Amino acid sequence: MTTGLGLAVLLLGGMVLAGSMGYLHVPPGEVLDIALSGFRGRTDGLDPVAVTVVREVRFPRIVTAVLVGGILALCGAVFQAILLNPLADPYTLGVSSGAAFGASLVIVLQIFGLVLPELYTVPVFAFLGAVSTLFVVLLLASGDRRLSSTSLILSGVIVAAILSAAIGLLKFLADEQVGIIIFWLMGSLSSASWKDVLLLAVVGAGGLAIVLGQAQPLNIMATGERTAVTLGVQTVRLRWLMLITCSLMTAVCVAVSGIIGFVGLIVPHLLRHSVGPDNRYLLPLCFLGGGLLLLAADTLTRAVLPAEVPIGVLTALIGGPVFCILFRKRQQEQGG
Amino acid sequence: MWLADDVAFAYGRQTVLDGISLELQPGRCYGLLGPNGSGKTTLLDLFCRLQTPDRGTLAVQGRSLSAWPVPQLARVQALVPQEFLIRFRFTVREVVEMGRHPHLPRFGSLTADDHALVDSVMAELDIANLASRPVTELSGGEKQRVAVARALVQEPAGLLLDEATSNLDIYHSLTILDVIRKRVTRDGLTVLAALHDLNLAAWFCDELIFLSQGRVVAMGRVEEVLRPEIIGRVYGVEAMVREDDFSRALQVSYRLQEESR
Repeated sequence: MTTGLGLAVLLLGGMVLAGSMGYLHVPPGEVLDIALSGFRGRTDGLDPVAVTVVREVRFPRIVTAVLVGGILALCGAVFQAILLNPLADPYTLGVSSGAAFGASLVIVLQIFGLVLPELYTVPVFAFLGAVSTLFVVLLLASGDRRLSSTSLILSGVIVAAILSAAIGLLKFLADEQVGIIIFWLMGSLSSASWKDVLLLAVVGAGGLAIVLGQAQPLNIMATGERTAVTLGVQTVRLRWLMLITCSLMTAVCVAVSGIIGFVGLIVPHLLRHSVGPDNRYLLPLCFLGGGLLLLAADTLTRAVLPAEVPIGVLTALIGGPVFCILFRKRQQEQGG
Repeated sequence: MWLADDVAFAYGRQTVLDGISLELQPGRCYGLLGPNGSGKTTLLDLFCRLQTPDRGTLAVQGRSLSAWPVPQLARVQALVPQEFLIRFRFTVREVVEMGRHPHLPRFGSLTADDHALVDSVMAELDIANLASRPVTELSGGEKQRVAVARALVQEPAGLLLDEATSNLDIYHSLTILDVIRKRVTRDGLTVLAALHDLNLAAWFCDELIFLSQGRVVAMGRVEEVLRPEIIGRVYGVEAMVREDDFSRALQVSYRLQEESR
């Protein structure tokens, strides 16, 4: 409870602080005034340039970072619980490869001069790619009626491997313009808009409600299939519900921000370490913690570093070593 | 409590159970015996709805098993598996509390009565002092007591034991079975226990069911069916059965048959 309150306060403070940071420095107090002015509908006495910068440029990006980070961490925790595998992340069922394939495909088609209606943008294709991959993976895995975690993970690996080869082919076809694909794959929050925020907020709120309603059944899944069934958990149904809910949430995130790794892996790990594995507390905390982590990383690349490093690269560069340390520490604690 | 009528089950083309018919009365303790691969675990899995039979019908408390919703079934029967495994570092108390899950509404939390029940069952199984320890750090005997506590907290009318004490030493095995046995006598709990140890079964059970190659070979009160010729037919060993004053149960000694030595 205290951890949750602490994280929530940190997150709100972090959002204000992040709003003040950047090329144009706006004092945190003024950021708060600008934020509150949105509710009052009046901006008297505030610098109009600061109002525009904070409201139209920084806030959409900040809120997007928080929501994407929160959703990825939440989904990571759910995937780990459902697959009984601490190494699972929101991309385990090939959502990221599918999105990358969809995005690469449309980028290459555009390079070849195909003009698509405005509706069919890269994010839309990324989303479609992610969703269709998810269904192929589930179809492949559902040959096993109990939908075991081994079947799911293997199906994800197989499909991801095929898609990664296909993406390689697309990169080869893109030739000199391969940079566009690579840039998209590395993830970025720089083009976030209020439209993205709205989409993420709706999807995030719905998904969070569904997932939190199953927190105790997810705990019981940790005792294995046989015990879980005899405790009244409809394991197959629960797996389907969680996999589809979380993969769709992840697909929306990927469509908005590209592929951002490690948040979904590392946040559940860190929090499970400090507050224990009970999903009733862990899941909401993951949402807050993931939001905080991605906000910090995005603010770092946006306002602190001399050049904007793609966020996906940054999270992997920081998250990777942190994960190594955690991993070693756990090995020592458990004696190998 | 449990009923099976002409039940058959196969894994692929491998027949595991064939023509099983049983009627298990409430308040009795049944031992399910038979060599490895005779179908004991599969029969328990069928009663838990972990598998569906290829033929025949199963019923729990007079109601066809397929008509039971999984969450409701968990309020009347519980299972203790041979080895209690758990991922992630849940504490002993958290795991035991999971046993109340079938009785709680969604988003509902444990009431004072639930907590009192959890406390008393943990005390009964002597794990109260382990309450805040992660289950992953416990010894096999401690883990198994947690698993039994979790099942008893479910307040089932029927308890299925799948070799629940096979990996434990005699002391832990007897103490756990004693707690369960008391509930049979006192509360009318019905038990179906897959067992390996014939002497333990003779001490623990009222009735025995012998399975061999997926069929019921013999079934009845311990004194009626724990006989050398039946043990010989089921396990292929030479056996001698005598009354034992010390354990106040039948005692079986066995050796390999003369011609195969």
